[in-house]
Amino acid sequence: MSIDWNAFTPASAVIGGAIIGVAVALFVVLNGRIAGVSGILGGLARPQAGDISWRVAFVVGLIAAPLAWGLLAALPEIRVDTSYPVLVAAGLLVGVGTRYGGGCTSGHGICGVSRASPRSIAATVAFMAAGFATVYVVRHLIPS
Amino acid sequence: MYTAASFAAGFVFGLGLLVSGMVNPAKVLGFLDLAGAWDPSLALVMAGAVAVGAAAFAYMKRRTRTLLGAPVLLPTPRRIDRRLILGSLVFGVGWGLAGICPGPALVLAGAGSAKGLAFLAAVIAGNGVFEFLEKRKRVAAGLAPTRSS
Repeated sequence: MSIDWNAFTPASAVIGGAIIGVAVALFVVLNGRIAGVSGILGGLARPQAGDISWRVAFVVGLIAAPLAWGLLAALPEIRVDTSYPVLVAAGLLVGVGTRYGGGCTSGHGICGVSRASPRSIAATVAFMAAGFATVYVVRHLIPS
Repeated sequence: MYTAASFAAGFVFGLGLLVSGMVNPAKVLGFLDLAGAWDPSLALVMAGAVAVGAAAFAYMKRRTRTLLGAPVLLPTPRRIDRRLILGSLVFGVGWGLAGICPGPALVLAGAGSAKGLAFLAAVIAGNGVFEFLEKRKRVAAGLAPTRSS
């Protein structure tokens, strides 16, 4: 393992992480819920009366953030090297897997770990391990 | 008020993702590439978020109502089962292929990224596949499908 010191951005990572933490805090202190994006989005796949507007509001908030940002400053670098067919396959796996697993990087990885939930810690270890393994296979085993 | 607070939380979450660099799939993949030139940033994003989040959850542990008077609805299951682990492994493979998870997918969509939108559409389709499989399972088990309203 060698650290890519040019890519590593410790300050913005910690500050951005803390801002995400503030969002998580707001959501539990005001709404009493876990800020788990896959669950909030997934709940809209089978909408229940009285359970829709807060979900839509959270999703719209996430979509509005880059729009507001773009009014004041240039958006940070976004580079997607993955091809469309792979992106679609990946999205399907994420859409199905997060629902069976009951959470993603936000619900399990941040909220669940913050609560020291054994389920979330196990889920986080599992998806991190699968992510590391997948990138290893794609970048180091499959000849390009 | 409840809906406005939800919007605010989503908005601040999105800003955090932008500041942290986690909306950039190349950066996320740089973290997941342990054998390559490794970018540890994602670990520090998690650390920053968990430090603040842990304080908030610790504070809410003693309360049954939120500051808005809403009920506190936090998950209670504690069992680590096959469904949790297999689902998380499948999610991890998708995350490793694209470097995108659901939060950043929504931010990418808002940023006007065509690839982000394609990924988000596939996530929503995946949710549909999950709902279909769950419904079929309930029907096969002889249970009435849950009414959706």
